[in-house]
Amino acid sequence: MDDARSAPAIELAGLGARYRTRAVLHDLTATIAAGEVVGLLGPNGSGKTSLVRVLSGVLRQYSGGARVCGEEVRATPQRELARRVAVVPHDARVEFPFTALEVVLLGRHPHHAGFAFEAARDIELARTALARAGAAALADRPLGELSTGERQRVLFARALAQEPRVLLLDEAVSALDLRYQVELCDRLREIAAAGTAVVSVFHDLNLAAEYCDRVLLLHAGRLAAFGPTAEVLTWARLTEVYETEIYVDVNDLTGSLVVTPLSSRARRALAAGRGPSPRVD
Amino acid sequence: MRRPRPPLSARRAAGWLAGLGALLLLAVAAGAALGASGLAWRDLAAGDGTARLVLLEVRLPRVLLAALLGGGLAVAGAALQGLFRNPLADPYVLGIAGGASLGGVLAVVLAGAAGARLVPAAAFAGALGALVLVERLATSRGRLDLYALLLTGAVLNAFSGALIFFLQSVASSEQLHAIVFYLIGRLPSPPPRTLLFTALATAVATAALVRRACDYNALALGEEGAAQLGVDLERLKRATFGWASLLTAVAVAAAGPIGFVGLLLPHLLRLAAGPDHRLLLPAALLGGGAFLVLADLAARTLLAPNELPVGVLTALLGGPFFLWLLRRRAREAPDG
Repeated sequence: MDDARSAPAIELAGLGARYRTRAVLHDLTATIAAGEVVGLLGPNGSGKTSLVRVLSGVLRQYSGGARVCGEEVRATPQRELARRVAVVPHDARVEFPFTALEVVLLGRHPHHAGFAFEAARDIELARTALARAGAAALADRPLGELSTGERQRVLFARALAQEPRVLLLDEAVSALDLRYQVELCDRLREIAAAGTAVVSVFHDLNLAAEYCDRVLLLHAGRLAAFGPTAEVLTWARLTEVYETEIYVDVNDLTGSLVVTPLSSRARRALAAGRGPSPRVD
Repeated sequence: MRRPRPPLSARRAAGWLAGLGALLLLAVAAGAALGASGLAWRDLAAGDGTARLVLLEVRLPRVLLAALLGGGLAVAGAALQGLFRNPLADPYVLGIAGGASLGGVLAVVLAGAAGARLVPAAAFAGALGALVLVERLATSRGRLDLYALLLTGAVLNAFSGALIFFLQSVASSEQLHAIVFYLIGRLPSPPPRTLLFTALATAVATAALVRRACDYNALALGEEGAAQLGVDLERLKRATFGWASLLTAVAVAAAGPIGFVGLLLPHLLRLAAGPDHRLLLPAALLGGGAFLVLADLAARTLLAPNELPVGVLTALLGGPFFLWLLRRRAREAPDG
């Protein structure tokens, strides 16, 4: 599989996708390498989740090219794809009383064929993944009894247990408290450093600014910008794409960007000359 | 504080299955040994010719049929609950039972005296007709839609029910009697041919469903979650629909629509042994078999020499259990 190893983790070539009659993605072209953390940003309905669904093989009716580890997604059997691509969803409902550990063990599913019981190694991988997601103490709890934030950590652990080459996160840290947001995002950097491509949807632009090497900004299903974080997250572009006034500054302490949406009250105050004027960069 | 349940190991699964297998064997032995005539194993051992006839040629085939049908219905129920991610699904949600019942009733009404013998074949044909119809109606753009499947099944059951009422209203009182007894569900003492066919169908369908146990586990996280774990959803849906329908068709054809086995057993087993389908599905085969054998034993002996239809007994047990389950779910549901 030297070919797959040397190929970029993700290659989009004029990707378009639609649900029935409504087009959700238009002509996306981008290349993402192993080892990167890429933020997938954009307002509601801009196509972020649709892109995650294309890359994970759920939305297979697409036009153009979408390659993962060198192989076209629509031509890759689902199980084979799941060995390379793991998704952390925003949330998941579980009907039956599966425990957190059992849910994490499901991450091993793509690596087994047919009817199989997990080996000792699988259980160890699952427990390690739970520990890395800060969820070791939740192992024996039924998933349905956990809080949304706890569930997000377990789902994160499940994706780690899948040992993917491409890790996709769909707003997977949104319900976490600050400590776990930082812990899990730190993990994203570690995972990337170990050679996995990480693509994460963020609504919190400050988290994206802190953790992403590059940002892919979507607007109405089109690529609004794709580049290094500091180049993409500018006042002018964010204000245009998110259709609300956004203030971008540099944190004096860390040197990373601070993104602040302006309330209408703040905008009125600025317009009346009662405050610092927004920096135009 | 509940005792933590470790993930399923092959060893724990084997322990459960050995226990349930022993229970099934005991149930079968008891079912063949006990009955209205009072003849028992010791009469058979003493070389009593009547005992031989009653135990081995009347009771045993019926007991074995009960074991196969009870097991098959429970497996179908467990697989469908896994597929629909809904613990209230049972083998009859697919509309197959409606079609089968209609076929059986038509045979009684149209074929006159020969009807009784034709009922199983007619019911099986009705089930296959329903299967094809439901599959067609629930497929759009080449994909089987689970929601449409449920709705189509419900409508087909209701429609078959209406046609059956119509047939009942034009039937003679003798036919009416036969129809009522068929619809309640009662176990015959089948010829070896029927037994063999049932055993074969149950074995193949159960094997096909158990093979996909890991996929049902993954599906607990939703269709999209399962796909992202490598599950081929379309194949899983079609296989489950097809094999569960076969199990249901065989059961309804042989014994009428015996209720609640396919709902009750997967539940009891899930409560006792956990939700993992790798254990749940084979356990349902053994547990469902034992349950129906014992229910049939009770139906034969409780009011001896009269016999209750076994469907009455399973419904009497299953109805209250179903309601208890609904209450329990309502209480356990998250706020709002």
